Amino acid sequence: MSEIIEYSDKVMDHFTNPRNVGEIENPSGVGTVGNAKCGDIMRIYLDIDESAGTSPKEAIVRDVKFKTFGCGAAVATSSIATEMIMGKTVEDALKLTNKAVQEALGGLPAVKIHCSLLAEEAVHAALWDYAQKKGITIEGLKAPVSDIEEREENS
Amino acid sequence: MSDVIYLDNAATTKVAPEVYEAMKPYFEELFGNAASIYRFAGNSRKAVEAARETVADFLGAKPNEIYFTGGGSESDNWALKGVAYALKDKGKHIITTKIEHHAILHTCEFLSKQGFDITYLDVDENGVIDIEALKAAIRPDTILISVMFANNEIGTVEPIKAIGEVAKENGIYFHTDAVQAYGHLPIDVNELKIDLLSASGHKINGPKGIGIMYIRNGVKIDPFIHGGAQERSRRAGTHNTPGIVGFGKATELAKEKMESRRKYETGLRDYLIERVLSEVPYTKLNGHRTDRLSNNANFSFQFIEGESLLIMLDQKGICGSSGSACTSGSLDPYHVLLAIGLPHEIAHGSLRLTLSDETTKDEIDTTVEAVKFVVERLRSMSPLYEDFIKAKKAEDR
Ligand code: FES
Repeated sequence: MSEIIEYSDKVMDHFTNPRNVGEIENPSGVGTVGNAKCGDIMRIYLDIDESAGTSPKEAIVRDVKFKTFGCGAAVATSSIATEMIMGKTVEDALKLTNKAVQEALGGLPAVKIHCSLLAEEAVHAALWDYAQKKGITIEGLKAPVSDIEEREENS
Repeated sequence: MSDVIYLDNAATTKVAPEVYEAMKPYFEELFGNAASIYRFAGNSRKAVEAARETVADFLGAKPNEIYFTGGGSESDNWALKGVAYALKDKGKHIITTKIEHHAILHTCEFLSKQGFDITYLDVDENGVIDIEALKAAIRPDTILISVMFANNEIGTVEPIKAIGEVAKENGIYFHTDAVQAYGHLPIDVNELKIDLLSASGHKINGPKGIGIMYIRNGVKIDPFIHGGAQERSRRAGTHNTPGIVGFGKATELAKEKMESRRKYETGLRDYLIERVLSEVPYTKLNGHRTDRLSNNANFSFQFIEGESLLIMLDQKGICGSSGSACTSGSLDPYHVLLAIGLPHEIAHGSLRLTLSDETTKDEIDTTVEAVKFVVERLRSMSPLYEDFIKAKKAEDR
């Protein structure tokens, strides 16, 4: 594929010292998504605390972990995405966008924009899994697409 | 440079001090245009012709069959487009392989848009083409066969002599992109029945921006760069005298050192291959085990991705490559690794390490330790590895 491309310091920091790598035993939800464009894969584990609110939306992301098979940008976006949803309500976690992830990382090289989609999709897939397991509906949450390129092409 | 372990010599090499010294006067006092009449320019002209003779001698060719170009990619473009245009009334079919450098593949794509028909030969799991498949691909309108001498990614050396024979028997021109092989392997264009050959200076401790094309006398080819009458009116443009002198000197050195270098690099390469294969689990060597360039090792590490691997190695001061440097920033899958049958996710975790005769055993040891560490770390972050381990545990139970 490539020589090393220019990444921001923030990206390099998250790549070199990724936060929240790992697995969660008996997670509330797990989401795995693949990127059809490059074949990279990201998995997010969620531990959700339901005692926090009255509705599922108010439940809190108590812990989040990730595993990623992917480029530097994919690892960095996974890492920062876990930071961005940690301790948040399900409702807020759902609002995580790839744009916000990019901004938080101080931007990504143009050819690496697609990598940030993985993070958003993986979080949504994990929340979806959680909702399925619980048999609840979370407003605004849709079934994950199997192949995120579909969406990317349309966005 | 001292704190860097440079294992990307297939991408480019350091200019040898002797080469640099030989070039210097042609930047300074001997700056004359090799095409000018006055005596002062005669030195430049002589230097260009001496370099041409050195190259011709190295290839077993005649000096008037050697043309200086702006590099390997230009030579490849010229060979394909030049022959295609010169012979388009005879036929429009070209045979090449799936593992060529992009200078060939993208030129073929361009030609196919111009109405030429290209056959891309498959390779086996070692990256070697099948001579029978080549024969079967030949048609009455085939005008050119272009097969690389040795592959830049996986190092596999192709059966050039057999290809040359098939081409000759069928009266078809044979071009070989010898950018990785030139200076590393003995090449005799007559024995191998090569009609056109591309080579590049910066892969053999020469300067960048200079290359050659060998064109057998009698071969019909259109010019690629139009302009002045340089290079027998076939390649216009003021001679890059320092570059040409550097190319000649680099060829001379490569020839002198070829045998000892090959022995040294092969020993070190095999040591590297053996250590990596035995010490890093779920790893595969890509390319032919023995019929490969003496300085090339290419591995696939299952469950991890190449760019992450490169960045982490870079942080440890090790320069390797994953796929071709020319595709920098692009995300297309490694066509060579897919062509040898690797599934996408394994092709993704490839690492090419290309040594030089200055590489030391210490450097290889440091590299192996770094590779072990980095691969393990990336696997610990990989969902693919997690799935694999879980499935394995379930099986063991
Ligand atoms: S290149 Fe695949 S996620 Fe970045």
